[in-house]
Amino acid sequence: MSVIIILLIASIAVAGIFLGAFLWSVKSGQFEDDYSPASRILFDDGPSPPIDPGSKKQTPICK
Amino acid sequence: MVYEIINQNDLCKYYDLNLNPGVNQRVTVRPDKFSFLDDKVISQRLITFKDEQQTHVTFYLPQIHCSSCLYLLENLYKFDEGIISSKVNFTRKEVEIVYLNSLTSLRKTAELLTSIGYEPYISLNDLKEKRPPIDKSMIYRLGVAGFCFGNIMLMSFPEYLGIDVSEVGLRAIFRWANFMLAIPVLLYSAMPFYESAVKSLKRKFLNIDAPIAVAIIITFIRSAYEVLWARGGGYFDSMTGIVFFMLAGRILQDKTYRQLSFERDYTSYFPIAVSVVKENKEIPTMLPDLKMGDTLLIHNEELIPVDGILTRGKAFIDYSFVTGESLPVPKGVGEIVYAGGKQTGAGIELLVIKEVTNSYLTKLWSRDEVRQTGQKKSSSFVDGLARHFSYILFSLVIITAVYWWLNDTSKIWAAVTAMLIIACPCALLLSNTFTNGNVLRILGRNHFYLRNAQVIESIASSDHIVFDKTGTLTSAREYDISYKGRTLSSKQEKQIVSLAACSSHPLSRALASNVGKDAKLTVTSFREIAGQGIEGFVNNVLVRLGSYEFVTGGRQVATGTVIYVGFDNILWGMYNFKNHYRRSVPLLFTRLKHTYKLSVISGDNNSEAEALRKIAGAGVDIQFRQRPEDKLRYICSLQKTGSRVMMIGDGLNDAGALKQSDAGIAVADETNSFTPASDAIIDAGQLSKLDRFIYLCKANKKIVIASFILSVLYNLIGLFFAVQGTLSPLIAAILMPSSSLSILLITFGCSNLIARSLKL
Repeated sequence: MSVIIILLIASIAVAGIFLGAFLWSVKSGQFEDDYSPASRILFDDGPSPPIDPGSKKQTPICK
Repeated sequence: MVYEIINQNDLCKYYDLNLNPGVNQRVTVRPDKFSFLDDKVISQRLITFKDEQQTHVTFYLPQIHCSSCLYLLENLYKFDEGIISSKVNFTRKEVEIVYLNSLTSLRKTAELLTSIGYEPYISLNDLKEKRPPIDKSMIYRLGVAGFCFGNIMLMSFPEYLGIDVSEVGLRAIFRWANFMLAIPVLLYSAMPFYESAVKSLKRKFLNIDAPIAVAIIITFIRSAYEVLWARGGGYFDSMTGIVFFMLAGRILQDKTYRQLSFERDYTSYFPIAVSVVKENKEIPTMLPDLKMGDTLLIHNEELIPVDGILTRGKAFIDYSFVTGESLPVPKGVGEIVYAGGKQTGAGIELLVIKEVTNSYLTKLWSRDEVRQTGQKKSSSFVDGLARHFSYILFSLVIITAVYWWLNDTSKIWAAVTAMLIIACPCALLLSNTFTNGNVLRILGRNHFYLRNAQVIESIASSDHIVFDKTGTLTSAREYDISYKGRTLSSKQEKQIVSLAACSSHPLSRALASNVGKDAKLTVTSFREIAGQGIEGFVNNVLVRLGSYEFVTGGRQVATGTVIYVGFDNILWGMYNFKNHYRRSVPLLFTRLKHTYKLSVISGDNNSEAEALRKIAGAGVDIQFRQRPEDKLRYICSLQKTGSRVMMIGDGLNDAGALKQSDAGIAVADETNSFTPASDAIIDAGQLSKLDRFIYLCKANKKIVIASFILSVLYNLIGLFFAVQGTLSPLIAAILMPSSSLSILLITFGCSNLIARSLKL
């Protein structure tokens, strides 16, 4: 049963990591704005420029 | 108007679809609008970071309201090559823009934002005190407290669930783990309570944090004693629980309060309309719609709402509102005229050079009250009780401790801590602040703007309402004017209009707009005598407009509302005004008559008596021919008989009466006649809702008392159990903030419910 000590230490350590993560995220301002990040991922980028067949940059992955 | 509608409703999508260059749907920006941003000193204050290549600047854009705004603003780089990136903080309605110094400038960025419809709100007044950064330390403390609290609860399971007494070693380990976890809470998370208690001790009284601080420390010491001498498990879960729940309650309280005061300062409505000159026409504009570069026309006795440069006319500014000094200060063309002053003399034109800040005017207004009365009005009995609360509590605790020590020492411990925790005066203070704040907000939304929370009380306790006639019961805008007398030449009409335009009295303004001539001749030696008339030299002719006595010197019984006109001391003719009473007035009177004594006082003669009697109905005291001093005397006489008087006037010639009354309400009808003597301003169109407003103010008091009683009940019941030692400190720790929460819900919920039922 004394193995429970190891469990204790492990669990507190893991919880401590989460506490650290919480403090870090508040400090870096992640909770300041809870609306924009949600909308930001939904933005479309404009249509990508057409692929120039003569260009060397783009090679099709499969033919 | 239409543009505004598009602006507010469809702007985002409208401009979205037109992101392609070449299709120009933008707002044209006046070229000099942001020229002040070229100035190094000013731009320094806005810029957050600058080096040789880039500059970071944060703009506040109040128009941000949807995700399309977000999209548009974050694609700003597509509009201008110089802009590298832009990031929106939606909650704070700010955008942080990074641009290249070589390709664009602060001014061009502001112009770009304005052209797409997001004009930055740059208020130099606010820049003087940088907006305080949000205090995150409370959140850190809460996080630590929550972490420790949760883990201690976990570690306490063995103790609670009956670990085998023989497993001494394991039990000790758990107890010591709890002990270790409780230390950061004691030393770090609970700091705000200690600091607050110590601060109040220095001022020789105990505030509400004192019992809490004592409770935390006692619990810790007791628990430490138990663990160190292996006497028991300690009460670390209660201790950390107290701290955690109290901190959570405190953060919630702060957030709500900040939200309320933000609304009051930035979005509240100061219902003054100023005349803006556009293409030779005077357009009354509300304060929030004033833009920099507008030309304002300020009449005699009108408030200057915003800093500006004098461009026309002779200014004699009375700054008693700002400095207390009532000797008028003369200003010449080109000089800066600061907000808060009052023009005394002929009309002047000002070029607006700064944005309007409602908060500045509100601050002046509140300060003025303190200056006038010399001291803050006596605080309500709730404050008195809160102060004595801690003393009462501590004495109770000591009595209980002694009692149990004599009878059953095992109970001392639980009783004392539970008592210290459960007794919560916070509800007493919370209910007052939040209910008042909410009511002020609701009233403000309905264009009824009170000076501060004390006015709610004054309005609720009044029993006699006095109405001024001209401008309050009559609509200043609708008059039938007919002229009788010698024919007026066109030049004479122009002189009359120029003179009338200098005054903000409703009859003068009606005359100026109805006679029809637009010319503005210069008026010298302008004088306005309240209740009598106005006079001035126009083209070297002395023009007088006013009562018969004023124009000719003789007495005459006039019939109806008449303005006589005289040139160079010769009576020329008269203008007959037919009063238009506001449509809502008769109904309002019928509704109010049930509960209030009503009076109408007027500076006019009693030719209108019959018409007024019909409108007001029976039982209303009507007084005519009241000069400003008479009005003041009337209010005093009413107060001597014990009535609490509410006066409603337009603030022009009844300023003294408004100040004397217990609640003075000024009616604003697209006017700029703000008088600091008033306690509240109501928009003329909202006058019909007066009875509902009064009802809400009365309800305010009832709600505060109800929540107060509720919190007293809480305390009594909680203390009842705590004194007996049957209340576990942990349960007490949970009950306390939940009582605060319930008080909050009740105050907000009730006031909102009542407002909704009144259809406000």
